[in-house]
Amino acid sequence: MMSLIISLGVVLVLAILYMIFRIGNLVGLVKGKKDESTSWNDINAYLMMIFMIAGLGAFFWYSFAHFDSYKLPVASEHGVITDNLFWVTMWVTVIAFVIIFIVMFWFAYAYRYQEGRRASYIADNHKLEIIWTVIPAIVLALLIFSGLKAWNDITAPASKDAVVIELIGQQFLWTARYPGVKDKQLGNHNYKMIDASNEFGLDLSDKNSFDDFKSLELHLPKGKEIQLKIRAKDVLHSVFLPHFRLKMDAVPGMQTTFKFVATKSTADMREETGNPNFNYEMACTEVCGKGHFSMKFPVFVHDTVEDYEKWMASQEAWLKQNPDYLQRVPVELREAAMIKAGIPADSKEAIAASPVTVTLN
Amino acid sequence: MATVDLQTLTEAHSHTEHEHEEHHHGNFWTNYVFSEDHKVIAKQFLITGMAWALIGGVLSVLFRLQLGFPESNLSWLKPLLGGWLTPEGKIDPEFYLALVTMHGTIMVFFVLTAGLSGTFSNFLIPLQIGARDMASGFMNMLSYWFFFLSSVVMFTSLFISTGPASGGWVIYPPLSALPQAMQGSGLGMTLWLVAMALFIVSSLLGGINYITTVINLRTKGMSFTKLPLTIWAFFFTAIIGVLSFPVLFAAALLLIFDRSFGTSFYLSDIYIGGEALPNQGGSPILFQHLFWFLGHPEVYIVLLPALGITSEIIATNSRKPIFGYKAMVGSMLFIAILSFVVWAHHMFVTGMNPFLGSIFTLLTLIIAVPSAVKIFNYVTTLWKGNILFTTAMLFSIGLVSFFLTGGITGIFLGNSAIDIQLHDTYFVVAHFHLVMGSASFFGMVAGVYHWFPKMFGRMLDERLGYLHFWLTIVGVYLVFFPMHYIGIAGFPRRYYSWTNFETFSGFADLNMLVSIAAIITLFAQFIFLFNFIYSIFRGKVASANPWNSNTLEWTTPRSPGHGNWPGELPTVYRWPYDYSKPGAKEDFIPQHIPYSETPESNLRHENELVKLEMNNGSAIVVEDKKH
Repeated sequence: MMSLIISLGVVLVLAILYMIFRIGNLVGLVKGKKDESTSWNDINAYLMMIFMIAGLGAFFWYSFAHFDSYKLPVASEHGVITDNLFWVTMWVTVIAFVIIFIVMFWFAYAYRYQEGRRASYIADNHKLEIIWTVIPAIVLALLIFSGLKAWNDITAPASKDAVVIELIGQQFLWTARYPGVKDKQLGNHNYKMIDASNEFGLDLSDKNSFDDFKSLELHLPKGKEIQLKIRAKDVLHSVFLPHFRLKMDAVPGMQTTFKFVATKSTADMREETGNPNFNYEMACTEVCGKGHFSMKFPVFVHDTVEDYEKWMASQEAWLKQNPDYLQRVPVELREAAMIKAGIPADSKEAIAASPVTVTLN
Repeated sequence: MATVDLQTLTEAHSHTEHEHEEHHHGNFWTNYVFSEDHKVIAKQFLITGMAWALIGGVLSVLFRLQLGFPESNLSWLKPLLGGWLTPEGKIDPEFYLALVTMHGTIMVFFVLTAGLSGTFSNFLIPLQIGARDMASGFMNMLSYWFFFLSSVVMFTSLFISTGPASGGWVIYPPLSALPQAMQGSGLGMTLWLVAMALFIVSSLLGGINYITTVINLRTKGMSFTKLPLTIWAFFFTAIIGVLSFPVLFAAALLLIFDRSFGTSFYLSDIYIGGEALPNQGGSPILFQHLFWFLGHPEVYIVLLPALGITSEIIATNSRKPIFGYKAMVGSMLFIAILSFVVWAHHMFVTGMNPFLGSIFTLLTLIIAVPSAVKIFNYVTTLWKGNILFTTAMLFSIGLVSFFLTGGITGIFLGNSAIDIQLHDTYFVVAHFHLVMGSASFFGMVAGVYHWFPKMFGRMLDERLGYLHFWLTIVGVYLVFFPMHYIGIAGFPRRYYSWTNFETFSGFADLNMLVSIAAIITLFAQFIFLFNFIYSIFRGKVASANPWNSNTLEWTTPRSPGHGNWPGELPTVYRWPYDYSKPGAKEDFIPQHIPYSETPESNLRHENELVKLEMNNGSAIVVEDKKH
């Protein structure tokens, strides 16, 4: 009933508006609109000026007054460089933008129609045209080359002693795999070995996999190069660490990589932002389905490399958490696997998996 | 360097005598539905495009409701959305992605490609080059009906129970290839691919026709150097489309194979829904290369016609020649060529080889130069003009403003090092909505206001037009400008909600502002819709040349019939931008006025052309390369 009344009301209002418009039109026809059109022309010209001034005013006011709300603190070495590039480009483009914006709306206002005046017959001016082709070309070239230098540094191969961490995206969560402290090497993986427990698809015939461990938080050392190895299990995802100015897609069937150095620990950042609850976060930026917006992965940056290594040492190997999988380890490697994964030799699974522990007596 | 070419066209009349009576007979079906008249087909494209624009706009307001008012209860939309609302009255997160995807697809392809090129290439090419119709009226008709069929399929996909395609308008596999990954990748995706295949057929039929018509059917004297910039723009657009759409077709075809026939072009090493798929060796990156090989030229397919339309309108209403005609054509040509070699700037952080990233950064930023030249030329055309603010002119100035605002942010995004942070954030959303979305939309609307008198023989109401313009330009800026800030703060796009993240917890106020502005902007379009429908029937009767314009379409009668000119085709003697020529009686001299009739305003080299005009009467065509 209510909606019927509302729709009737809407129809009525629209009908009244239509009548007003129709009557206005007819009255206009009777009065003759010649003068009216030049006055409208002036009104539009004034509105152009108002629009230009109000628009630029709002732009500058918001950009300065709310600077802190949109400027994200930066916490990586290359991030400082790309941020600089960003702000240099910002100044260059804002200057160009403001000049052209003002000139355009000023021309629109200043050269509005006046009876009896005639426009100038100007078709081209080669000097002017060459100038405004060459100047943007030079400015752009400078921006490009500083950008390319940064890009080449960022995408150069990681150094050999970088901390390696693997990130795996799937609908709709992230997991991280760390090489164990014993060999500091990630073991092989194969997507065909993935099952409910072996979510990495860990290939247990590779001895490097024995001490790999899983983490549901991304732990990073401060001040040491980190290489992220990124892959996806199902569809595209994208690793986005906004504070580290880092983004790289996770692609099924292809490993991608990104190297960087974190310059501020979580504690540093809590101090800098004055927010004792500050935490780094990682997000997904490649649309991946229903839960795309919820793929948050907590990030923690340790104050020192030692702290980070201490944390690593405190983690349990995946194989230790899933000792059933000892069965999948080739017989000759099982003992090594148990040692590396830290599985006690007298545990139930260890005994079940051991080929030599037949009852001899 | 006024070189003069003589060209004898003995059979100039051969195709002009043809039966331009035929439109008088024929029934409703052949006149209005299966018409081969380019003007009727243009109107069909326009009205279909407007319907799509309305749908696309409503979809965007729906998802803006979610983003701007995440707490609100939308149960009142139940009659419209039904099962797509959660029991708490929220939009379902998967449907949210469907909305975003369909908004993008509809706006890019159905509104700004078919609605813009389809309408104005069709309407203006024959009228402005002085032809009776397109090279093939039948192909032209087919082009519309393939588009219509495509529209029907795409529209149907909105109503199926699993929802339309939802993986983003770029439909990256594996998401779009695996129905297990999301509901929309099932039947909805199949329909999307079918609709796009039909769309590509339509686009190719249209494009080939436009190219052929421009090359072959120009009237006597209409050399390439005398073409209005609109025609140059449509010509380049058609060439870009013909070269790039087939690549999308190939990409879609391979995706269909992957989806339905078990091939592995794009799929490899996938574990989903508790099982490892057998596909190995494919690459999702391959799809991205193929998609963007169309996708980037597509940006210019959308933009160039709008720029062409604007050139014409700004020159006419400034009562001045367009500044730098040659530079305008040159930069369009340059843009058209470069548009094919910049595609991978959409893929800097997809895992593509970083060296490729460097190359594409370089090429991308080069394309900024001709774009800048175009802006400077527009601004200089206003300089010392005598500007009439018709609604079309207002929208054209609005276009240049958007092209500038959105264009400069491209300099950030094209720079791979800066793009790392900005990629897939709201900064990108702000950039392309301004530079290609809003700019092209304004070009389209400007075109409707400008050529409405020739389309329907009546004028649109200018005061409603002013209201429409000011509400829309302010609205559009309020929608897209704040997104720059949100993007710099790192907010990712295609997010249903940001509240999961502490990093993205701010800007609720700005998001609300954006949503309110979006709603107002949408409502402002209803003013236009009313004006459009009202004026078709009751608008002020237009004169044959209401804007005192130079191009040939204004030499036709008020409502040109099939064949466009009742008598002979006009002959062209001069370029289209003789506005406010010193010495001339009026402030415009149309293209069909010979120099011999305007001795008072002729420039020195033009007086020499008078002799050639006299020689041999109409059998000689003067091709002068001065302009």
